[in-house]
Amino acid sequence: MIDLVQRFGLFWLNILASLGRASMFLAQMVTALPSLLKRPSLTVRELYSTGVKTLSIILVSGLFVGMVLALQGYNILIDFGQENRTGTLVALTLVRELGPVVAGLLFAGRAGSAMTAEIGLMKATEQLSGLEMMAVDPFKRVYAPRFLAGCLSLPMLAAMFSAIGAFGGYLLSVEVLGVDASAYWSLMQSSVSFTSDVGNGLVKGAVFGFVVTWIAIFQGAECIPTSEGVSSATTRTVVYSSLAILALDFLLTAIMF
Amino acid sequence: MNSRAIQVLVGLFMLLFILAMLVLALRVSNLTSLSGGESYSLVAKFENIGGLKEGASVAASGVRVGEVSSIEYDAGTFEAIVNLSIDAKFNSFPLDTSASIYTAGLLGEQYIGLEPGAEIDALVDSDEIDQTQSAIVLERLIGQVLFSRSGED
Repeated sequence: MIDLVQRFGLFWLNILASLGRASMFLAQMVTALPSLLKRPSLTVRELYSTGVKTLSIILVSGLFVGMVLALQGYNILIDFGQENRTGTLVALTLVRELGPVVAGLLFAGRAGSAMTAEIGLMKATEQLSGLEMMAVDPFKRVYAPRFLAGCLSLPMLAAMFSAIGAFGGYLLSVEVLGVDASAYWSLMQSSVSFTSDVGNGLVKGAVFGFVVTWIAIFQGAECIPTSEGVSSATTRTVVYSSLAILALDFLLTAIMF
Repeated sequence: MNSRAIQVLVGLFMLLFILAMLVLALRVSNLTSLSGGESYSLVAKFENIGGLKEGASVAASGVRVGEVSSIEYDAGTFEAIVNLSIDAKFNSFPLDTSASIYTAGLLGEQYIGLEPGAEIDALVDSDEIDQTQSAIVLERLIGQVLFSRSGED
């Protein structure tokens, strides 16, 4: 009985301890950021790994999500005679919510897990210890470039997701379902505000990028250096990132809208 | 992949982002209508603004000429003070122009319609529109109908 209580307490203490370690890790990463100005090629290379490589899944998913939104929205709105507002529905849903959230989840699954696996493997094959023995700071060489690349990539990917989704919605509504093209765009333009809707979507993307990249790099740096440890760290990244994105999305929506 | 190819691809990625932002700004949101330069402001006081919101259109003969920039309440005269921001190229509204609150469609959003009067002098910045007509509130209309029906019986 006492053993159960002890283990329950230990479980929560472990969670607190890892949160503390993660925060100290974040502080060290942030202080290493200014050194990236001296070596921009590192960040460019990481932008390629996190941003450019995730582009294909983001664009294809964005297109399909936009089309599905248009289809479902049309089916519901036609009952009220308001099918011209399909554009408004698609655009507001994408720009405010689905753009940052779905792009964030896809990013966590593709780029986040890749970052964790890469860093975990570096730890398992003792490359990180080798760097430290040559007096090279892994924070400046390995962690900070990936962190900056992730923080920059996600808002950009979320914007691309929303833009191609609006276009996908246009394709389906106007070409297939028969919504008037000028009504689609003009009603959309009158209800989407650039500063509060698109801007808030970008803010959400930036916050999600920060959190997902932080979780991904920390789990990689913290993992048990065996192949099993790397795989469990990768799955933990995806699970924690997804939960964090959804919880933060609720919080940010409550604050912003 | 050599670093030159990587740099080109990252550059393309940035370009794609700028393109997406342009699409979002110009085609998806209302940024196109915000551009266009100078405007001057007029004041109109209403008894009841109904569902009028900030950012609602101001139209003359059905054409949009400006927007509602702010709505305040005057506790002294118990009226709503609506500040209108009119495009500077429409600067010849006569002094006795009237402002009324209409509804777009049957149950759509509300906007302000300007009807020009017959004066020679034009309204300038910070002038007040004297003749205003409040929004039609559905409950008052129902009350009026009921009152006139009970008067007949």
